Amino acid sequence: MTTASLRLALVGAPNTGKTSLFNRLTGSTQKVANYPGVTVERKSGSFVTPEGRSVTVLDLPGTYSLRGRSPDEEITRDIVLGRFKGEAVPDLVLCVADATNLRLTLRLVLELKRIGRPMLLVLNMIDIARRRGVTIDLERLSQELGLPVTTAVAVRKGGVDDLLKRTDEMMARALEGQAESQWTAPSISDLKAAQREADRIIAACVTLPAKPDTLTTRIDAVVLHPVWGLAILALILFVMFQAVFSWAQPAMELLSDSFSALGQLVHDVMPESWSLLQSFLQNGVISGVGSVIVFLPQIIIIFLFILLLEDFGYMARAAFLMDRIMGGAGLHGRAFIPLLSSFACAIPGIMSTRVIDNPRDRLTTILIAPLMTCSARIPVYTLIISAFVPATRLGGWVNLQGLVMFGLYAAGITSALTVSAIAKFFLWRDHAPAPFMLELPDYKVPRLRSIAIGVFTRAKAFLYRAGTTILSMMVLIWFLASFPTAPAGAEGPAINYSFAAMIGHALEPLLRPIGFNWQIAVALIPGMAAREVAVAALGTVYSIEGGKEAAEQIGQVLAQKWTLATALSLLVWYIFAPQCASTLAVIRRETGSAKWMVVTFMYMLALAYAASFLTFNLARALGIN
Amino acid sequence: MTSDPKDSEDIRLGHADRGFVGKIIRLDALVTGSSLSPQELEQRLVEMGFVEGARVEILHEGTIRRDPIAVRVDNITIALRRSEAMAVIVE
Repeated sequence: MTTASLRLALVGAPNTGKTSLFNRLTGSTQKVANYPGVTVERKSGSFVTPEGRSVTVLDLPGTYSLRGRSPDEEITRDIVLGRFKGEAVPDLVLCVADATNLRLTLRLVLELKRIGRPMLLVLNMIDIARRRGVTIDLERLSQELGLPVTTAVAVRKGGVDDLLKRTDEMMARALEGQAESQWTAPSISDLKAAQREADRIIAACVTLPAKPDTLTTRIDAVVLHPVWGLAILALILFVMFQAVFSWAQPAMELLSDSFSALGQLVHDVMPESWSLLQSFLQNGVISGVGSVIVFLPQIIIIFLFILLLEDFGYMARAAFLMDRIMGGAGLHGRAFIPLLSSFACAIPGIMSTRVIDNPRDRLTTILIAPLMTCSARIPVYTLIISAFVPATRLGGWVNLQGLVMFGLYAAGITSALTVSAIAKFFLWRDHAPAPFMLELPDYKVPRLRSIAIGVFTRAKAFLYRAGTTILSMMVLIWFLASFPTAPAGAEGPAINYSFAAMIGHALEPLLRPIGFNWQIAVALIPGMAAREVAVAALGTVYSIEGGKEAAEQIGQVLAQKWTLATALSLLVWYIFAPQCASTLAVIRRETGSAKWMVVTFMYMLALAYAASFLTFNLARALGIN
Repeated sequence: MTSDPKDSEDIRLGHADRGFVGKIIRLDALVTGSSLSPQELEQRLVEMGFVEGARVEILHEGTIRRDPIAVRVDNITIALRRSEAMAVIVE
């Protein structure tokens, strides 16, 4: 293989199954990065054709036209036109269409044809189309369009065989001469003419079934019902959060036990004279990283729900149901998906605000995304809730701990909507609401392989973070908590003489009004790297302080050392506090200025301090100690 | 002048109720409550398949003020707000 790899670009409208096709073609070779200079996600992968050509695939952002209304759509346009700096022109453009719904894609195909690149049209989901009784005259379609046309079932093994064969044929020819691009931005009359031409071709080549698909209509009659629809949405969210608590429990206990066993093993194997290294491995590395990895099951469950709902086609419905409600708070219906993703992590949430094309709506969404309860807060919430809230069941089936969790999520959502309404009122009073226009795709049975790839990618990202940032923070905090060592004959735990104690004591006066002790102050500092680090940090601070009881559960220690008022205050703090350096960095990158990063940091800090102050003092006034 | 009797039957999609079935006559984005410029709104509507002659049906309405609406345009379903649907003239 001496020839350079050939470049293939996937282009298509949203909801055409482009991503499943990309997954099918490239499998585990996927790489996710950013385009240079911009923050649009660049997804690439590679595969080898039956004839042995190696092909690199670029999955371009979905678009309805080449007009470039958003940064994502501009990338797609510039790459297929060969205008994008640092990105080679694709040798072959693979245009993906949903075989059940050709109207919008065919117009895009007609537009793409004008760029003069070798192009292959793939009718994806042909199995669903056939099952519904849609027949497509492929030969005629190919003739009318002047393009080769093939079919694919991206979600089935072997479903892309013909596509691979065609790719070989096209690639063999692709290196021959290529036509000049004749593309210019289409006017309204061009668009209309193209749509009429597309409709004419469809009329000539496609026979629709006598009866349209009624399943989607029947599901929507309930799911989009003005009353039942909202009830179902609330139920789905409720089940999701109960599941995060109940289903993840066994796996989490197993992980937690394994890490303490490992720590104990390391402790036992090492000779007593190596006590410093012993403490470093057991208290710094193993218990530190272990206490974060324990939350992997919950992160997997949250992403599983989000990806399932997305694949099923429910996310667009949720945006429809929420548009007016969110509109009341000055938000766009499309903000629902970025905000829902922010429940997993604000970073992908903020990055996915690119689907909102109005800059002010997008900015508002970015400002409030960190208030949605991200998965990194789960470790902190779980730890405190399980230490302070009894696991009683209300009315037989509602877990009280789950209920408190639900309340914390609700508080996050409510405050996000309030901040948005305030921002709308003060920052852009004169601004008219942006349009909401969204395709509601037909429901599809979620494809497990695609979802598995998605969950796997995210779990990997989380573990990578735990393995790098969090591990180095853990080593740092272990160092701060262990040095300088206690002088000979000193009284009290060794940590009282460390750097950590000095920092904690210095911050304590500021945090005392909200009920935090110096140990919490110490944990909040590395918690800036990532919220969940605070849990590991508390573990380190308390287990080192506890000396021999290092293996004891952090929760039990906290329950003894903190008052309930302090615990509540810390819970409330974590609803609001800007405790995540990466989120702030992403805000700066996405808004293009440090200004909004500073605004976000300051308003969240102010909210956190005020809310914790209120909670702590109210709790004490009520006699909760 | 000749279009007078016909005009009386023309309806803006943004005013229609759930269950309405009709055909698009033309787009007129000049007077709507949308924040988009008339040209941009018209382009977007065309891109989503709202072209002359397409069959439209209002399938669903939102909870608050019956907004937004889900419209079947030929064989795809588009969700949009009534303020933008005002640009679609149907019969």
